Amino acid sequence: MIPAGFEYHRPADIASALSILKEHGDEARVLAGGHSLIPMMKLRMAEPAHLVDLQSIGELKHIEVGGDSVTIGAMVTQNELIIHEGLKAALPIIREASLQIADPQVRYVGTVGGNVANGDPGNDMPGLMQCLGAIYELEGPSGNRAVDARDFYEAAYFTAREDEEILTRIRIPLPSAGTGYAYEKQKRKIGDYATAAAAVLVGGGRASVAMTNLADTPIWSEEAGTALAAGDTDGCIAAMLEAIDPVADNRGPVDFKKHVAGVVLRRAIDRAIERAG
Amino acid sequence: MAKTHVKMTVNGQEVEGLAESRTLLIHFLRENLNITGPHIGCETTHCGACTVDIDGKSVKSCTVFVGQAEGANITTVEGLVNADGTLGVIQEMFREHHGLQCGFCTPGMITRAHRLLQENPNPTEEDVRFGISGNLCRCTGYQNIVKAILASADLLNAQKEAAE
Repeated sequence: MIPAGFEYHRPADIASALSILKEHGDEARVLAGGHSLIPMMKLRMAEPAHLVDLQSIGELKHIEVGGDSVTIGAMVTQNELIIHEGLKAALPIIREASLQIADPQVRYVGTVGGNVANGDPGNDMPGLMQCLGAIYELEGPSGNRAVDARDFYEAAYFTAREDEEILTRIRIPLPSAGTGYAYEKQKRKIGDYATAAAAVLVGGGRASVAMTNLADTPIWSEEAGTALAAGDTDGCIAAMLEAIDPVADNRGPVDFKKHVAGVVLRRAIDRAIERAG
Repeated sequence: MAKTHVKMTVNGQEVEGLAESRTLLIHFLRENLNITGPHIGCETTHCGACTVDIDGKSVKSCTVFVGQAEGANITTVEGLVNADGTLGVIQEMFREHHGLQCGFCTPGMITRAHRLLQENPNPTEEDVRFGISGNLCRCTGYQNIVKAILASADLLNAQKEAAE
C-alpha cells in the first residue's frame, strides 16, 4: 500500500497555497485531513505529483457563530464540529450528522472542507449542506466567488470548483427559531458510507430535504420540501423517491435502496417534526 | 526518490530522520524509529491497530504521511508506561481483565482508550463502545476490552482523588 511519489508542500497562508496550485495545475492536489485522498493514493487511483497540505493555514480553522449565519473554515475537523458548544446551540443538526461520519479516529482528522469539496456521493456533508442552503466560498487566482451548495455538485467527484481554487469557508444561514431538524443515516456498520441518509429541516411553514448516496450527487428536492412544508409527509417521500437514482452495488440492489431511502427519510421527518417548536 | 528531513517528538523524545514524502507515519515509526508498538493491521483506515496519539488526537497512522506529522507530538503505546517502566494503568487493566486474546489490536485499543479517558473520565459502557468503534478486534474480545477500559477509568479517578 505504498502511494506513488510526490512533492509535499505545507504553505502557511492561502496566497502561498494558491500560487503552488497555479504553478502545478492539475498535477497538484490540496490535502486537508487526507482520509479520502490518502486511501485513493495508496490504491494508485490518485497520483498527484504535488500535495498542498493546508494544515498550517490558521484562518481555515475557525468556527464563527453570528446572529443570522454560521461560518465554518474548511479545515475544521468533524470532531471540532461535534465539541463546539456555540455550533451545537445554533445548528445542532451538524453535530447529529458529524457523529454518524466514519469513526472516532477519522473524525479527529477528517475536515468539513474535504468532505464537501471531494465530491464523493457517499460523503454526508454535501447533502446536509444542501438541506441547510449553505454557500461555499472559493478562492482562486482570479479572486473569490461563492457557490450555492445546491449548484456545486455536477457528478461523482466533479464539482464547480476549478483545479486552481481552494474551498475556504462554508457559510450557513441560521434556520428560524423553532425549526425542527434531523439527520438520519442507515449504514451497514460503523465507519461505512450511507446505504441511505436524509437531512431534514421543518417548521414555520417551511421545509428542506436532502438525501445522500442515492445518486452520483447529493439530492436536494424542492418538490419534497414543498410537500413537507404543507404537512404532507407521504408526498414528500414520494417526491424524493422520484428524485433519487440509486445504482446497485455492495450495499444492495436498487429496490432495496429505494426502500431504505423511504424508511430513513420518514424517520428523519418524524424526528424533525417532533423537535419543531 | 529524494528524501526529506523530518523531525517530531515521539513518547517525549525528539526524533528525526530522512524519509520519502510518500512514507506513511506507521512505516516511519516502525521501520525508521524501531517503534513497533503500533501495528499494521489492514492499512486501509479501518482496523485501528496503528492508532497513535498526535497532538491530543487519536489518529490512524497508516493514513498520515510522515510530512504531515512534522513538528507533531506523538504518543504510542510504548509511551503509556509509568515513569519507572512498569505498565501504565490502562495497560495493567487490560492485563488484569484479560482485555486481549491474540493481542494484535491491543496497542491501538490502549492508545485510543487513553485519549477517550482523557476526554471523558467517567464514560458509560455505551460511551466506551462508541469511543472504540474505530478499533477492530478480530478475536471479537470486546467484552473484556470494554471491561478493562471501564476499570481503567475507575482506577485513574481513584488515583486522581488520592492525589488531591
